[in-house]
Amino acid sequence: MQKFTLLDGLVVPLDRANVDTDAIIPKQFLKSIKRSGFGPNAFDEWRYLDHGEPGMDNSKRQINPDFVLNQPRYQGAQVLLARENFGCGSSREHAPWALEDYGLRVIIAPSFADIFFNNCFKNGLLPIRLAAEQVDTLFKAVEANVGYKLKVDLEQQTISAPDGTVYKFEVEAFRKHCLLNGLDDIGLTLQHVGEIKAYEAKHQAAQPWL
Amino acid sequence: MGAQTLYDKLWNAHVVRQEADGTALIYIDRHLVHEVTSPQAFEGLKLAGRKLWRTASILAVADHNVPTTGRAQGIADPIARLQVDTLDSNCAEYGVNEFKMNDVRQGIVHVIGPEQGATLPGMTVVCGDSHTSTHGAFAALAFGIGTSEVEHVMATQCLLMKKSKAMLVLVDGALGKGVTAKDIALAVIGKIGTAGGTGYAIEFAGSAIRALSMEGRMTLCNMAIEAGARAGMIAADDTTVDYLKGRLFAPQGELWGKAVAYWNTLHSDDGARFDATIQLDASQIKPQVTWGTSPEMVVAVDGRVPDPATMSDAVKREGAERALLYMGLKANTPITEINIDKVFIGSCTNARIEDMRAAAVVAKGKHVAANVKLAMVVPGSGLVKQQAESEGLDKIFIAAGFEWRDPGCSMCLAMNDDRLSPGERCASTSNRNFEGRQGQGGRTHLVSPEMAAAAAIAGHFVDVSLS
Repeated sequence: MQKFTLLDGLVVPLDRANVDTDAIIPKQFLKSIKRSGFGPNAFDEWRYLDHGEPGMDNSKRQINPDFVLNQPRYQGAQVLLARENFGCGSSREHAPWALEDYGLRVIIAPSFADIFFNNCFKNGLLPIRLAAEQVDTLFKAVEANVGYKLKVDLEQQTISAPDGTVYKFEVEAFRKHCLLNGLDDIGLTLQHVGEIKAYEAKHQAAQPWL
Repeated sequence: MGAQTLYDKLWNAHVVRQEADGTALIYIDRHLVHEVTSPQAFEGLKLAGRKLWRTASILAVADHNVPTTGRAQGIADPIARLQVDTLDSNCAEYGVNEFKMNDVRQGIVHVIGPEQGATLPGMTVVCGDSHTSTHGAFAALAFGIGTSEVEHVMATQCLLMKKSKAMLVLVDGALGKGVTAKDIALAVIGKIGTAGGTGYAIEFAGSAIRALSMEGRMTLCNMAIEAGARAGMIAADDTTVDYLKGRLFAPQGELWGKAVAYWNTLHSDDGARFDATIQLDASQIKPQVTWGTSPEMVVAVDGRVPDPATMSDAVKREGAERALLYMGLKANTPITEINIDKVFIGSCTNARIEDMRAAAVVAKGKHVAANVKLAMVVPGSGLVKQQAESEGLDKIFIAAGFEWRDPGCSMCLAMNDDRLSPGERCASTSNRNFEGRQGQGGRTHLVSPEMAAAAAIAGHFVDVSLS
């Protein structure tokens, strides 16, 4: 997994609540057996005017000029500003794969759906919860200032805005450690093989029908 | 140790170790696998040269991509075919138990697990699918995971996670005529919202829940995720035990008695503490119909499409305005005046035998309305299909103008050819009415099987509690 330490990134605002993972990556793209290449189809039904299918040349498709990610001022964005319950619905990890492949590294929202939140950390993507009022303030600031960037420091757990405001954010110690060091969860867990085996033996003895 | 919730009991029984910040290594008893979220996990395993930790814990099936007609010809879509073939070859290579597409036991992963007795009380059950919450109906701790976690469970039999908070949803009283577990689920989501359960594991309890069949309990737990809760669960009782007896993966002989004795402890103790409690009076719940693009956008069938202008919260109002535009609906329209184009009876929410029977009762001797272009019934598994046919339900549906299909996820998520065209409106027994969920531009109204069948016959929504 790629590390996440520090980012000074352009912010793109997606001003709607309950953005579900079907919207982030529509089902037809889930037929792929790979975990890369989903970026061009992130938000496909909002981003393009024509219907997308796997294998299409996306550069030849009709772009929806009204969709925020398509606006010239937001090209190259690495921070997505979103509303409550971002990433709800399907557990598809293709959603964080698509966002990461698109170029995003940080998502800021008042709340996230649990499975999506969890999936982000497995892919070097940092989801940050801020209070709804703080997110509101950021939405206004982004819209008012072309080229609006935020500095995200995972070690310090801070987001610094151009006006000097510093937002503190929470992140679980273990997730932070893994993300800062780009650690592979499986490798970490396999350091505890002995404990897993001991648990398994005890569990099997207690419930031999399992 | 004081009074424990069911969730406490299930959690504590599976902690292998715990980090200082509370992150625990949780042991997984049952791993259900399907074709969409597993190929990258198998690939990861292969690249790292790792083995499956416990092959026997895995049960695999292809369900999302499979066609619901003409299976003998195989899968026409080459990309979908490759995905299903990839599952077959991975299962063959690793020795994983798989029900292949033309096996009578094939079906939707959340239907076949319980049907085979592969889901048992007290288990931890995971699957790379959010509707894994379904299995909590058996007093199991069951939740959906992403593909990285699928690989993690394959390699270690464990997951890294923190304990959620506990929410009790207490539903007491008797359900009225034509009111089902689906309506309880939608009423709960309408009350607490799609993020109301975020960070929680929900236990459903109360006399109305005790009175539900296992099928109804599965429908309810299935939709816990639509309330934001990764896991939904219900205490084990005689209904649970009776359902499991004699099923393929269920314990037999002497072990059966031991297992039942343990399962009977799987309930919340008196005085157990929950972080949140929600109460509903079952007798006040009416058949529910969603009107928008989130399951929380729901009203009773005798209600009207809400008017966004009356909503004080700006984010909610804008969401409702956008939803009405997408759904092609006007504020204040009575729900029963909404005409539909298609009907889908199926999905991991409502494709079990009881759902088939309930829809058939409504359809019997009637005919699908002229304005309905397609009404399809997709049983949840080959065995559900077989059972329904032995009861003559297929003949009832076909005589009424419904199509009787082969099992799979079908138009719940429209990965195969079963989908809505832009602008088409569907009465659907599935679980998500998101934009584009059943096909780009498609408009989904979530309802119970009774309500879907009645809408198919009338051509618009009708209140089944009145008929």
